Amino acid sequence: MAAQESRTHAIDMNSVLRGQSKKAPPTEVCVRVEDLNLFYGQKQALHNVTMDMPKKRVTAYIGPSGCGKSTLLRCINRMNDLVDSVRIEGKILIDNENIYDKSVNVAALRRQVGMVFQKPNPFPKSIFENVAYGLRIQGVNDKRILEETVENALRGAALWDEMKDRLNDNALGMSGGQQQRLVIARAIAIEPEVLLLDEPASALDPISTLKIEELINELKEKYTIVIVTHNMQQAARVSDYTAFMYMGELIEMGTTSELFTNPRKKQTEDYITGRYG
Amino acid sequence: MDNGKIGQHISGQFNKELEDIRNKVLTMGGLVEQQIEWAVQAFTNGDAELAEQVIRQDNQVDDLEIEIDRECNQILALRQPAAFDLRLLITVIKVINELEIVGDLSESIAKMAISIADIEGSGTKKDSYYELQHMADLVRGMLHDSLDAFARMNVDDVALITGRDENVDREYVSIFRQLITHMMEDPRNITRTINVLWTVRALERIGDHACYVCEHLIYMMKGKNVRHATKEELQKVLDYGKK
Repeated sequence: MAAQESRTHAIDMNSVLRGQSKKAPPTEVCVRVEDLNLFYGQKQALHNVTMDMPKKRVTAYIGPSGCGKSTLLRCINRMNDLVDSVRIEGKILIDNENIYDKSVNVAALRRQVGMVFQKPNPFPKSIFENVAYGLRIQGVNDKRILEETVENALRGAALWDEMKDRLNDNALGMSGGQQQRLVIARAIAIEPEVLLLDEPASALDPISTLKIEELINELKEKYTIVIVTHNMQQAARVSDYTAFMYMGELIEMGTTSELFTNPRKKQTEDYITGRYG
Repeated sequence: MDNGKIGQHISGQFNKELEDIRNKVLTMGGLVEQQIEWAVQAFTNGDAELAEQVIRQDNQVDDLEIEIDRECNQILALRQPAAFDLRLLITVIKVINELEIVGDLSESIAKMAISIADIEGSGTKKDSYYELQHMADLVRGMLHDSLDAFARMNVDDVALITGRDENVDREYVSIFRQLITHMMEDPRNITRTINVLWTVRALERIGDHACYVCEHLIYMMKGKNVRHATKEELQKVLDYGKK
């Protein structure tokens, strides 16, 4: 345990977020993870994870299967609450408020923190209704507001031009790439602050993947984005910061350009260059 | 040597490709070192035949450069290397460029050897070439040691190599002065002296290129760019991470 602690604390997050990239000025922290430990029953899946994710930037988690990156991502909107036998210690602060505080309304939190999964999961409804769904369950029924929001969300997800004449078609008739962008449109329709993307492009063809990546690049103007990906080139292309996780620990976090050209830890180097760990 | 830097990929084919590139760079370096040696020998001994051989060998060096370049491009395109692998390939592409230039410089020394042999007839050995020979040994040693550092993937001692460039520069200035005196003493010396001058200049440049090779190697091993860095900054980079 002692070794793990020292390793986790060896990462000076301030130095990571301050300076390194000369172009981007230091930004404020949006999501802060503090000494997070997570247990599935007896098994500990996250060990003392501490990291800061800056506002309106893309942070990517990389690491081998089972290293805890999806688990960590799901902690940020308390998705793990839905799993039995999960025990979480530590804090996650969004805008300085601990989301694991008893007073937090989980539904409100999930409005604030949207999530997109590996496989697109549109509802078996029309394209319009899919995007409007979040507003409708919030009780918004004004047609004008709905139309305006749907249009903005579809534009935001780079779908409007393709779909504006087909808004009443069933969403299940769209291609996989379109469905994934539709799901992103649905997530941004309720204007969250943070967007969590769990392998958003892994089930898509190369062109759809590039469209999603392009979209991520545009979305970071407005949202703080956290992305989990197995595709390291994708992490390198879309993210500003990259965190490498291994066996439930945060091994190294840094600006993406630094981490991919000159990682500080040998474990990171071995992973991103495809060597035996 | 620290083969672990290149080996240990999950893909054995990738290991093989990198190892292959490394060996070719060393072969190319060996050829270039020999070119310097022969070119200077041809110059000081007025041996036109040896000079021709240097010029022929340069084609071989050029071919190797293109071949290594192509292989690096292929790996960059197909394997998207990262971290050390990426730096290795970028370094190789730069190092072979330096080596090719050194090859060209040797070739021009060889050409001057031919023209000087035409003027003076072959087989003339001049005592005045003593300093030139000394300078050639210095720069060849620098290139040899920098290639050795590449082979061992170890840059702990490269500051010693780049430090030797100051001696080369001093030598260059001193020979330069001497040659001016020669020319002033007797204008008939001018043609020969200018040839010597060009040769000394080429050797001085070879020393510089050996230093560039070292700088590329530091980037490869340490991930820091030390071109245009001061001596202190360079030392700081080299000391980084050492116990």
